[in-house]
Amino acid sequence: MNPKLTRRRFIKGVIASGAAATSTTIWYTANGQSRPAGAVERMIRININGQMRNVDVAPQETLASTLRYKLGLTGTKLGCNRGECGACTVLVDDIPSYACSILTHSVKNMRVESVEGLEAANGDLHPVQQAFVDELSPQCGYCTPGQVMSAVGLLRSNPNPTREEARQAMAGNICRCGSYDSYLNGVMRAAQIG
Amino acid sequence: MAYMHIGKDFVPPDVPGKVTGRIKYAEDYARDGMVYARLLTSPVPHGRVVNIDASAALAMEGVFGILTADDVYPDGEPQSPSLKVLTNEPTLMGEPILAVAAIDEKTAEDAIAAISLTIERLPFVLDPLDSLSEGGANAYNGGNTFIFREGFAEEKWTADQVASFRSGNEPTAEAQQSWEYGDLAAGFAAADFVHETTFSTAGYPHMSMEPRSAMAYWENGKCFLHGTSQSLSAIAEPMAAIVGVPLEDFVFINEATGGGFGQRARAGSIPSMAIPAKLSQKINRPVMMRVTREEEFTIGGARQGLQGWLKVGFKSDGSMSAMDMYCISDNGGKGGGGDANSAAAGVSALYQTEAMRFRNTSIGTNTGHRGAQRGPGENQIMAIMAPIMDKAAESLGLDRLEIRKLNAAQNGDVSGPRSEPFTSAYMPEALEMGAAQFDWEGKKGRARQTNGSKVRGLGIGQGYHNAGRSGMDGIVRLMPSGRLQIHNGVGNLGTYSYASTSRAAAEVLKMAWENCDVVTGRTDRHLPITSPQDGSNSIFTNTRTCFGAAQDLLAKMKEIAAMDFGGDVADYDVDGVRVHQIADNTVGMTYAEVAQRGMELGGKFSGESDLPEELNTLTALSVSRLAGSALMGIYHDPSHSNNPPGFTVTFTEIELDKETGKFEILDLVTIAECGTVVHPQGVANQLRGGAVWGIGLSVLERHLYDPQNGLPASSGFWQSKIPTYLDTPAEIGTGWVDLPDPENPVGARGIGEPSMGAVSAALNAAISDALGGHMFDAAPVTTDMIINHIAGVSEDATPLAQNNFRG
Repeated sequence: MNPKLTRRRFIKGVIASGAAATSTTIWYTANGQSRPAGAVERMIRININGQMRNVDVAPQETLASTLRYKLGLTGTKLGCNRGECGACTVLVDDIPSYACSILTHSVKNMRVESVEGLEAANGDLHPVQQAFVDELSPQCGYCTPGQVMSAVGLLRSNPNPTREEARQAMAGNICRCGSYDSYLNGVMRAAQIG
Repeated sequence: MAYMHIGKDFVPPDVPGKVTGRIKYAEDYARDGMVYARLLTSPVPHGRVVNIDASAALAMEGVFGILTADDVYPDGEPQSPSLKVLTNEPTLMGEPILAVAAIDEKTAEDAIAAISLTIERLPFVLDPLDSLSEGGANAYNGGNTFIFREGFAEEKWTADQVASFRSGNEPTAEAQQSWEYGDLAAGFAAADFVHETTFSTAGYPHMSMEPRSAMAYWENGKCFLHGTSQSLSAIAEPMAAIVGVPLEDFVFINEATGGGFGQRARAGSIPSMAIPAKLSQKINRPVMMRVTREEEFTIGGARQGLQGWLKVGFKSDGSMSAMDMYCISDNGGKGGGGDANSAAAGVSALYQTEAMRFRNTSIGTNTGHRGAQRGPGENQIMAIMAPIMDKAAESLGLDRLEIRKLNAAQNGDVSGPRSEPFTSAYMPEALEMGAAQFDWEGKKGRARQTNGSKVRGLGIGQGYHNAGRSGMDGIVRLMPSGRLQIHNGVGNLGTYSYASTSRAAAEVLKMAWENCDVVTGRTDRHLPITSPQDGSNSIFTNTRTCFGAAQDLLAKMKEIAAMDFGGDVADYDVDGVRVHQIADNTVGMTYAEVAQRGMELGGKFSGESDLPEELNTLTALSVSRLAGSALMGIYHDPSHSNNPPGFTVTFTEIELDKETGKFEILDLVTIAECGTVVHPQGVANQLRGGAVWGIGLSVLERHLYDPQNGLPASSGFWQSKIPTYLDTPAEIGTGWVDLPDPENPVGARGIGEPSMGAVSAALNAAISDALGGHMFDAAPVTTDMIINHIAGVSEDATPLAQNNFRG
């Protein structure tokens, strides 16, 4: 996790926005449409996958909600919506971060990358994506975008990790199918083909 | 046998979509005008709805409607413990009572908060033995058990009977269910080593990564349901019935499923998908119902817990001469299952027990929705049995590997109360392969070696599941373009069997894989019926149907060629591009030409007549909608003979720290015996994934409920802890015996479920080994249990406790 984007800061942000957030009300689409905007500016610009996007964001809205339901970037998955599983992992200023646990307003001046931003313009897969295909790393695939983003974040900060370093770096992403070994094979292959 | 596709790796067509995020799960879809549903769920573990006042909610701006159990079941709820769409008689904390549709989820939540629900709180129970005891609460309104074709009933033991069982003695009450074979008394009389114990295995949730969200809309009288399921075509007819729409007016859309593990195989275990369908019908708008992690925990299924007693005898040569098993099965608040029966049948299959008796009584508790979970029964009992096998070997002076080889199933063997033969069985070969890959001979001397506070433990585990069905259908089409369209109703839950079974059709027609399309993902693509995708059956079941449909197509191609070029069908063959005379391969036509010719001829060639009489309803509907569109191969698979087993073997070495109770897995090798391997990467994934699940069963996962209020304490990923990268070895060794099964056209059998059981068994055996042979007779064996044992503290304040700590 980005040390700047801790759970504590997330909670503080919700409180500061004047919204009464609960675990079941912080994430849904268009949830701000029926309540006053409060003190927080709603229409903001955020850098998503290298593009500045204008988006109407409620004060208590999470980045996962914005990506999925405002911007149509449904590659970011919600497995738990409470910072346990990592299916919603995106990169914020190159650091793997749980999009379910980040307020969108807090990333206004940061670079956000989701799985949709990795392919080259010509359609070539990112080396991590290609390695995951070659190693048949995914099983059900629901956690895969998050695994991809954690691996991309790792290889940016450490292009030649040991298997143990990769294991530690990927530990925030749960795979219920148990495909960890296959994902690690993919990470190590991606490091080789970099 | 040299194959073109079978046994070769390939890229399943959905994998690029999984790594790019493009593939869509139910929650990723949207429709114009879509509104959102939220659930009001039961605040008590057992209750009865007395009144619902939704007038204030329905008057709120942005609220479109409400759906209650009275809407779903106008003639009253079915009187069974099965999961309902909605209910007025909740037997689970968090069970859905009603749903509200609104412009957004916040408005729906606000509306639910404005609903006045009056609910009568009823007594609840968390442990089957507490319910069995005289005066104990019943989980259901009609009793504490449900007897098939008879209904709810009450089963009670005296307090002394329950206390005696908890104290480690054989239950004395008559069981609901039993079977027996062989001479049990003679088996025990002939035994030189007899072990008797009570045991418990925990229930725990499936917790698929994708919550069971669903979206539905209606167009021109048809219901379109975006849902989640292990199965695809097998879901259609029963799900249409739950929604209340004719099969021909129901479209189930399910491109990808984020995990199933047994509890999304059948419509009855995911009836919640009908909520958005029925709400959409009522308010005439598309409805999305997102399911939260907590809701997924409640209605998403759980493994049955077992409280049991067993007595097992071994002759001096190590053969298992007798086995007596008595189980109390935790049926939870909804559902149920046959774990105990499968556990006993699994022991019979794996250890070739000469005489056996099985008894079981199933009791409800106000805990999770129980049902099949990966290797139901077999995988729990193997974790109990493996340390017992080691104790028998030690007592009889045998090597731990040798006692397993001595009892191993092989070709010609039978198992279970009906003495059903295996289609084939190569367990000795699997044991030898695993021993060689692990270097059992080289490593076994390290058992119980200490290094400071750390001690080594070695374990051997075995897994089994009957893994194959038949009686399903296949459809393939050769298109005028020359491409082969393989219609496959197998669900896409991560095993890739929807694609790998399709390759059996490409194999028959010698077609390059890039010239084949797998047609799947939604039922209006006209799919054949498949078996519900549980029980590791897909590889066996659907290679048979795809192979058979392709054979039918091949015969028609040859018949057309013989018709046009003369001679007999036997004079013709195919080469992947053309059907041609064997004697002169210049005489013939391309696949595109023969497809066009078949469409011109019509009749049986294009699916318009002469269909197999036994086609299932869905297949017949699909064929009727495809008729005339191509040269078609259509097939109904007859029943197969005998029991196709999936077997696994695992060897592991751990290092356990006696100061912390934690251990590290130093090495883990797991071997499949599943006939011919169709897709090596797929089998490796099943073995690795099964290993992770086995670790969870052995040491981590279990239900916990607050005994005072019945609140679930394990509704997240961490409380009933799913193994993570750091709980599993960085590398898992895999291998397979790869000998063909005669009842499958490409020799294949399934493997997904037993891949877990062998690992749970090996790990529990290794823990026992590291602790000098101590047997916990339980799964999971948690760190606190280990450290309590080392410290000499009893962890059995409540022996055999279910859904709670033992201590």
